[in-house]
Amino acid sequence: MFVTAAYAQSTTTEGAETHDAAAGEVHTETGVAHEGGHGSGVFPPFDSSTFASQLLWLAITFGLFYILMAKVIMPRISGILETRHDKIAQDLDEASRSKAEADAAVAAYEQELAAAKVKGNAIASSAREAAKVKAAAERAAIEASLNDKISAAEVRIADIKTKALADVGSIAEETAGAVVELLIGGKVSKAEIATAVKASAK
Amino acid sequence: MAGDKVDPVHQFVVNTIVPIHIGGIDFSFTNASLFMVATLAVAAGFLYFTTSKRSLVPGRMQSVSEISYEFIASMLREGAGSHGMKFFPMVFSLFMFILTANMLGMVPYFFTITSQIIVTFALALFVIGTVLFYGFYKHGLGFLNVFVPSGVPGILLPLVVSIEIISFLSRPISLSVRLFANMLAGHITLKVFAGFVASLGTLGALGIGGAVLPLIMTVALTGLEFLVAFLQAYVFAVLTCMYLNDAVHPGGH
Repeated sequence: MFVTAAYAQSTTTEGAETHDAAAGEVHTETGVAHEGGHGSGVFPPFDSSTFASQLLWLAITFGLFYILMAKVIMPRISGILETRHDKIAQDLDEASRSKAEADAAVAAYEQELAAAKVKGNAIASSAREAAKVKAAAERAAIEASLNDKISAAEVRIADIKTKALADVGSIAEETAGAVVELLIGGKVSKAEIATAVKASAK
Repeated sequence: MAGDKVDPVHQFVVNTIVPIHIGGIDFSFTNASLFMVATLAVAAGFLYFTTSKRSLVPGRMQSVSEISYEFIASMLREGAGSHGMKFFPMVFSLFMFILTANMLGMVPYFFTITSQIIVTFALALFVIGTVLFYGFYKHGLGFLNVFVPSGVPGILLPLVVSIEIISFLSRPISLSVRLFANMLAGHITLKVFAGFVASLGTLGALGIGGAVLPLIMTVALTGLEFLVAFLQAYVFAVLTCMYLNDAVHPGGH
């Protein structure tokens, strides 16, 4: 035996038992045999006198449990799960919609940016062109006026030159006249001197 | 001597608490009935109060309820397909009821209702009865296809069919005895080893030293028994799903 009577826990409540059946001669899988002491001497789980009551109470409790599960608990849990599922799906939808909106905004921004760049480039190039044209016109005007001045100056130089050259002739005539007078003491007519000067000048 | 010793079978004795006799039959409210009511109250109460807030983001306890729900739902869907989902309340109730009963049985001095063969047999008959009823209701005589696996040569057919019939008939027995025997044997083993601790502990110093071994054993067995308590509820539910699959798809072997 596994146990000694002297050291046993007192686990019995014999007063209240009606079907106390602790297996007088039944041998369980663990090989424990009992020397009676309870009423019917049948292994308790096989004591058929308790079956009716157990079946009735099982039917009542399990039936009630089944009804509670089917009518209250399971619809509630499935409702919770469905609500969560819907909510998640809805949030995901909203998120993807927001993303699409953000993407559209980015695209619009980039488009506008590109347009602004193009416009800016156009403005810049037209301004450059205008400046170039203006600069070229001014340069041309200045060049023209400078050319005018240069040609006027050249004309004047030529005038002065011819005048000077003309003066050179008369100066030479006078000088020649004076030199001749001093040398020969005679008077030479102006016309002669002029021809002589002209001849030597050639 | 009998009443005084540690009796590993005593824990399975059904005691009357409130005697009720109807028509000469004993329907007394017993300790077994008490723990059936306790199982109902604990399981239903837990599921009811943990889900009463209906939080969008579940707390721990609500998660436990939701996980059990989804666990059984996926088990049934895998076992019996989407047509089997009409049995979801039944499988869920069976699983939660047996699991709670097994777990309550692990509490010292608590009665384990699943250690009574009549209880497990009644639950198994409920399952098989549902299979038979639904099978014949839905498929008529076509339900008998369940005994005729496809692709078997004609000459072997009588043998195979008789094997299938025997295996079908043994289902309620195996289903109920598996749960019953596991719970019974586990509790007896626990009680025996715990009894060793008590017996040896009173034998003086040597005895106390020796009692350490069965104590370790008892602790380890307690862990194992919690595993068995869950596992047997799970096995019962899985087999229920498989049997229901026969009712839903009788030719689907």
